[in-house]
Amino acid sequence: MIPAAFEYHAPKTLRQAVATLRRYDGEARVLAGGMSLVPMMKLRLANLAAVVDLSKIDGLAFIDETANGLAIGPMTTHYAVESSDVVRRVAPILAETAALVGDVQVRNRGTIGGSVAHADPAADLPAALLALEATFIVAGGPRRRTIRADKMFVDAYTSALNEGEIIAEVRVPAMASGTGWSYQKLANRASRFAVVGIAALVATDEAGACTRARVAVTGAGPAPVRARATERYLVGKQLTPANIAKAAARATNGIEFLGDVHGSPEYREHLTAELTKRALTEASERMG
Amino acid sequence: MKINVTINGETRTDDVEPRTLLVHYIREMRGLTGTHIGCDTSQCGACTVLVDGLAVKSCTMFAVQADDATIQTIEGVATDEALHPVQEAFWLEHGLQCGYCTPGMVITLMQVLERNPNPTEADVRRGIAGNLCRCTGYQNIVASAMRAAETMRGETR
Repeated sequence: MIPAAFEYHAPKTLRQAVATLRRYDGEARVLAGGMSLVPMMKLRLANLAAVVDLSKIDGLAFIDETANGLAIGPMTTHYAVESSDVVRRVAPILAETAALVGDVQVRNRGTIGGSVAHADPAADLPAALLALEATFIVAGGPRRRTIRADKMFVDAYTSALNEGEIIAEVRVPAMASGTGWSYQKLANRASRFAVVGIAALVATDEAGACTRARVAVTGAGPAPVRARATERYLVGKQLTPANIAKAAARATNGIEFLGDVHGSPEYREHLTAELTKRALTEASERMG
Repeated sequence: MKINVTINGETRTDDVEPRTLLVHYIREMRGLTGTHIGCDTSQCGACTVLVDGLAVKSCTMFAVQADDATIQTIEGVATDEALHPVQEAFWLEHGLQCGYCTPGMVITLMQVLERNPNPTEADVRRGIAGNLCRCTGYQNIVASAMRAAETMRGETR
């Protein structure tokens, strides 16, 4: 399969990349790792006048430790994230989730910025980034702006990025010490996308009462979301199997479940509750 | 567009369309047909090559993205004198039946074993999650990988 003809641009700066995108007025797309865009072009689901490759821009692939967490460049690959000692220490759920994306070859090229901007409803990283309450610094508008993770994923393949905007940085708050974490997914056997994936972070006080729970669901509906009802139910309660089961049952609240060849809406609903239970259980066992 | 690509030590400048896939460039313009096209949908891994040391599916990359890159294909894995330990292990452990997936399996396993010289069988299976063998000869592929890992660690049987 060969894509339709397009013009290829590999600008040297983010500013040039934004200017090139603008010039094509919606007919050009950003090429990061290409793990989603190239297949879409080959299938001619995306027919573009031009592609703007970010790989020749210096300084877009980095992982820096900041005062309160991590700053990650948009062109940082999943492999770089999964193998980073800093990520494993500061936000281990992100390293663990990145290690479950696709396969070795996909993780070698796929990028964190590309995954977020593409907004595939079954992508893994958005779940972890939602649970971590990450923020995205976006270039391309009149001035740089910040988008919160819970505002970023609008609909299937639709992010909150405007035409011509590019993610310049991903900011990830550090996981507070003692936080337990888990990412659980049922992977599509061919693509390894999540049929459903659940990211969970939990913390308790000295008496064992839950002080914070953050749970995010991907793959289930048109966009990844926080399971707020699950979180609200858990706070203040002991993380007993019974409480976890009741909280997990609430993870399905408000989700419009997708049905496709990989699973019916009913199956995804079942998976959402079951995987939330497993994620909360593992997270509660991993609190330090 | 002009691109400058080094494959197995040989550098060449070629003129390609932006839409030319790397796998087509490697096979048709460079004549290296050891890199196979299986599914052409980024799933089977038969087209895996090393681009700047990273295993990638060359059907999911444009040749223009490999401008100035250094690529290793299956043809560049053995020397005149010796097979690579992964190739040798595939031979000894009967790691191939029809052989179609083998170039991609070998290249991917080179990457997996470079990153984890002491893998468990489960690590190997996770490592080749992106490579399909339609003969379903996975048992011997995994055995080959485990044997190659031993050889590369300097252990002998």
